[in-house]
Amino acid sequence: MKTVNMKVNGQPVTAAVEPRMQLADFLREQLRLTGTHVGCEHGVCGACTVEIDGMPARSCITYAAMCEGAEVRTIEGLVDDPIMSHLREAFAAEHALQCGYCTPGMLVTARDIVLRLPDADDARVREELSGNLCRCTGYVGIVRAIRRVLDERKS
Amino acid sequence: MKPAPFDYEAPRSLEAAIALLAQHQGLARVIAGGQSLGPMLNLRIAQPSLLVGIRHLPELRDVRQTADAVTIGACITHAEIEDGRIPDPTGGLLPYVARRIAYRAIRNRGTIGGSLAHADPSADWVSALALAGAHVTVCSPRGERQIAVAKLLLGAFETQIGTDEILVSVTIPRLSARARWSYYKICRKTGEFAEAIGGVLVDPDNGIRRAVVGATAGAPIVLEGNAALPGCDVAALWAANIDDPYKRQMFEVVLRRAADRIAA
Repeated sequence: MKTVNMKVNGQPVTAAVEPRMQLADFLREQLRLTGTHVGCEHGVCGACTVEIDGMPARSCITYAAMCEGAEVRTIEGLVDDPIMSHLREAFAAEHALQCGYCTPGMLVTARDIVLRLPDADDARVREELSGNLCRCTGYVGIVRAIRRVLDERKS
Repeated sequence: MKPAPFDYEAPRSLEAAIALLAQHQGLARVIAGGQSLGPMLNLRIAQPSLLVGIRHLPELRDVRQTADAVTIGACITHAEIEDGRIPDPTGGLLPYVARRIAYRAIRNRGTIGGSLAHADPSADWVSALALAGAHVTVCSPRGERQIAVAKLLLGAFETQIGTDEILVSVTIPRLSARARWSYYKICRKTGEFAEAIGGVLVDPDNGIRRAVVGATAGAPIVLEGNAALPGCDVAALWAANIDDPYKRQMFEVVLRRAADRIAA
């Protein structure tokens, strides 16, 4: 077991973890933050995407023991974030989810697109979403939701 | 899946990291961003007994510039290169390639040195940095040595890097203002590992005419001189024992498309 210190959603956390424990499992099973979903477990599907040190990252191919000193934000930690509120409304309005399994990771990626690429056109939004698999929506609603937030922030 | 058990150490210095590798005689693996090794651990394709973390070592994030080259620390991420936060001596090749590696969440953690050391033949830096004529510096208890990226891979997931050596930096030569490059890959889905990679670089002021064919079964194929130019002589491809006609077709196509983009 390794002792690791990190911040999760602003709260300091110190825990003993097995080195092989994925950050996603640590968040879900030790901290009971089950908003982060686990899908493919090899970095492809994007369901487990969280923010580490302010940047989207896969929590399935990041191990908790390797997050010493890191600041992790999960979907739960973004409840009061203004951009995330905006995105949640847009996702609901544009039918950007059905089963919801991909949605936590999708929202973390969407927030990054809104912040980092304010001028993104739809093609760029789709390219940026290539790392988050959704098998319900066909992406049309997701792209529209992100478009809506991008446009509203400009006006 | 969950990985098989492994131990983890985060040594305080490069020397300590190298000492750990030497002590474990090939049973330890270096991990930086873990974006390529992580999937292999989770799928239990890789089962090292010890992972030596180097991501936190500041000496592996150094960037040095000289008149002829830029040297990038091994732990610089793809996203940093994509965003232009690192000086680019190639007239745009590095950020172009970086932006097309996997997905942003991967690029935020995956490192240039880690990608090369992992040596997946389909990985972008293996081909793109061979095209750029880059070399890596590796460090061991015996000191430092340099290896050309074009010669780094011995095969898939196999490199010239010894079990007690760590790839510490990548040195990329400066191209002239007249240099032109192209980089084209076939992926079945955006961000997926490439099925075939083609690159062409022409830099008349530095006497470079070079083409690269990547995502082969092993090291990229590097063609120098006239063989590298538009309408590429693809005989070298067949000399490299690519006997699957489907693969051959893809390699021919990426090479032609890369060459067409240079000509355009």
